[in-house]
Amino acid sequence: MTMKKLGLLFTRISVGSMSAAVLALLPLPAHAAWTLNMTPGISEISRKVYSLHMLMYWWCVAIAVVVFGWMIYSIVRFRKSQGAVPDTKLVHSTKAEIIWTVLPVLILIGMAVPATRTLIDTDDATGTELTIRVTGYQWKWGYQYVGSGVTLFSTLDRDSNAARQLGSGIDPNSVPNYLLNVDNPLVVPAGTKVRLLLTAQDVIHSWWVPALAIKKDAIPGFLNEAWFKIDTDKTGLYRGQCAELCGRDHGFMPIVIDVRSKADFADWLRTQRALQQPAAPAVPAAPAAATAPTAQVTTSTPVAG
Amino acid sequence: MAYTEHAADHAHTDHDHHDHPPSGLWRWVSTTNHKDIGTLYLIFAGVMFFVGGAMAMAIRLELFKPGLQFFDPAFFNSLTTVHALAMIFGAVMPAWVGLANWMIPLQIGAPDMALPRMNNFSFWLLPFAFTLLLIGFFVPGGAPAGGWTLYPPLVLQGGDSFPMAIFAIHLMGASSIMGAINVIVTIMNMRAPGMTLLRMPLFVWTWLITAYLLILVMPVLAGAVTMLLTDHFFGTSFFSASGGGDPVMFQHIFWFFGHPEVYILILPAFGIVSEVIPTFSRKPLFGYEAMVYATASIAFLSFIVWAHHMFTVGMPLAGEMFFMLSTMLISIPTGVKVFNWVSTMWRGSLTFEPPMLFALSFLFLFSIGGFSGLMLAIAPADFQYQDTYFVVAHFHYVLVPGAIFAIMAGVYYWLPKWTGHMYDMTLGKWHFWLSTIFVNVLFFPQHFLGLAGMPRRIPDYATQFADWNMVSSLGGFGFGLSQLLFPYLIWKCIRGGERATGQVWEGAHGLEWELPSPAPYHTWQEAPTVAQIAHGAEH
Repeated sequence: MTMKKLGLLFTRISVGSMSAAVLALLPLPAHAAWTLNMTPGISEISRKVYSLHMLMYWWCVAIAVVVFGWMIYSIVRFRKSQGAVPDTKLVHSTKAEIIWTVLPVLILIGMAVPATRTLIDTDDATGTELTIRVTGYQWKWGYQYVGSGVTLFSTLDRDSNAARQLGSGIDPNSVPNYLLNVDNPLVVPAGTKVRLLLTAQDVIHSWWVPALAIKKDAIPGFLNEAWFKIDTDKTGLYRGQCAELCGRDHGFMPIVIDVRSKADFADWLRTQRALQQPAAPAVPAAPAAATAPTAQVTTSTPVAG
Repeated sequence: MAYTEHAADHAHTDHDHHDHPPSGLWRWVSTTNHKDIGTLYLIFAGVMFFVGGAMAMAIRLELFKPGLQFFDPAFFNSLTTVHALAMIFGAVMPAWVGLANWMIPLQIGAPDMALPRMNNFSFWLLPFAFTLLLIGFFVPGGAPAGGWTLYPPLVLQGGDSFPMAIFAIHLMGASSIMGAINVIVTIMNMRAPGMTLLRMPLFVWTWLITAYLLILVMPVLAGAVTMLLTDHFFGTSFFSASGGGDPVMFQHIFWFFGHPEVYILILPAFGIVSEVIPTFSRKPLFGYEAMVYATASIAFLSFIVWAHHMFTVGMPLAGEMFFMLSTMLISIPTGVKVFNWVSTMWRGSLTFEPPMLFALSFLFLFSIGGFSGLMLAIAPADFQYQDTYFVVAHFHYVLVPGAIFAIMAGVYYWLPKWTGHMYDMTLGKWHFWLSTIFVNVLFFPQHFLGLAGMPRRIPDYATQFADWNMVSSLGGFGFGLSQLLFPYLIWKCIRGGERATGQVWEGAHGLEWELPSPAPYHTWQEAPTVAQIAHGAEH
């Protein structure tokens, strides 16, 4: 058999067997979600991040069209098979080098200005009204509402946990919000600037909720700070995952935030406080406006436990 | 390998009567010949490519559908960790050193590398290093599973394989440092008269710069992993807060090595592409000096961007700002290189043999990797990309259709020079097309997965990620199978084929093409003449 025929046969076998694998071996996923893009999210910051992402994306598309167009034109136009004769004297142009250095620098400045503005916006944690301490564990999250004594642990929900066991035989498509569901979500108020203080108990984890455009590492022995203010009309459940490899069950410690109106949140917090500390004095109806320190909480602040 | 002399196309190179290499297995153990050592590195790299590739196939198999079907999550973490270590340190870096060994002496008119015995030692460290690493799968605690980035405290939870992996990394690092010293000393001291620095082929230039990067950063990695070792075994607390240390300091030290490392992985690729495109355009490289300066700029900038791997770690605003802007800057010299390559093709006369096909694919697909890299540089956006499949897509685009395709282009380019035979062009083209198509099916959907919210280093995922994961896995199986064509083609070529001329390719210029094919065991024992150098260099 000639090499050409062998190569053809090989390709036919590969393509054929892979088609067979798709069609015969497995059912197509029930929740077909051919998602292409990130979410704009539920806060002003998340929308700014999304806009920045789209700006960069369109810049890249524009540059790609020009550069790839130039490449494709060159490949087609200067083929030897079509009679192209090489111009061996065309070997340098200082003018070209300057133009295609300066022009990209200008484009970069056009990208850097909005990027810098958005970066500065994400960094301003002043004026927060509620502080929640987030602790990463192998393999769950712990949340503590600072000042009210309310704590909760948030672990992968039972149905997901059962289905994800090796060879469980349970179809993940039969589990609602498979791997993105927890027993106790983090309840937070909308329309409130909330500060998170993140740390970890054992190894580095990372707390990520795409809808908030927040991802911050939780580092043992240190405190990191993040903040969000969710739009008042975006109540509901939003999901995220741990985003730093933390061991065996790194993929199985999700995050769920339960966004409620300010009033509903206050009710919830009061109830929780009563449940967790029955002898404690009543907490004020609205969360006290904490005077958040303006100084950046950096990783140089060691914290016990 | 057959090393036969063809008096007819001999020019006036060497009068060596001992052109026949020693026979038997001991030849390969004791050789100090740069061609033999180059071959050893390339074979080793090829084997490790399939070892790392098998792990990748296993990873894509588990990720084919949601749910855990095949592997315990801890074993899956070992797969991702060792896949990366094998590919970076076992496949790509040794392949570059193999190409350097074969080609640098030939291209500069030197009879061998400057330090031939150290050269042998540099190679033979590697099989031992990788045996040590891979045995980790069979010891209590399993293979390293904390990611190739080895972050503490997680990495310190590793079992018996942890010290074995650290020692293996030390051996690999020593090998790289010695190889780099050899390259620099050879290039600086053994160029033939008339081969000035600004007449050297770009492949030699990119390797000269890469060698300096290696010497500067491999010791940093050695320091970082030694600190991990002492933290675990000797009571230090470099990276433990309870002892007054800082886990983030490891990340700074690691990425100070790690970022230049990725440029170590790609600069020789730029060199290969700078050789192949001119040959198959029948036109000299456009902007030779700009290309040299751009490569040097990239190398310099690579030292001041490391914390873009750490945007979510909790850096002060000024730090995030600096690293965002410096990272964006790297796109400038990189763009300059792309424009110079296209300008080389402009008003050339192009043919599309396998080396050129791989080089052109590099041009397109590495650029896509560059675009996602520019997006990743934007720190606030990176909060959404970091540790997701968007990052995985980015680095696989620059490493697979980037570095790996460039290695393949180099092999397809120089294989006739090494073996004396032309290879099966049709089979080469099949390998190319299957690879190019499947590499995109494999990695492009991973951009979508990252943007949709899928983290990396997870063995199982939420059902909304299932569709693109299935597509990606199919691409992976196709890509993996297609690679089997490559060693087959090489083996077939070694065994026989149409006789190759000295020049091999119509548009080829350079000292290596002044020699017969196959290149004799000992070459340039008399320096090339100035005429040969002038004929070889077209700038």
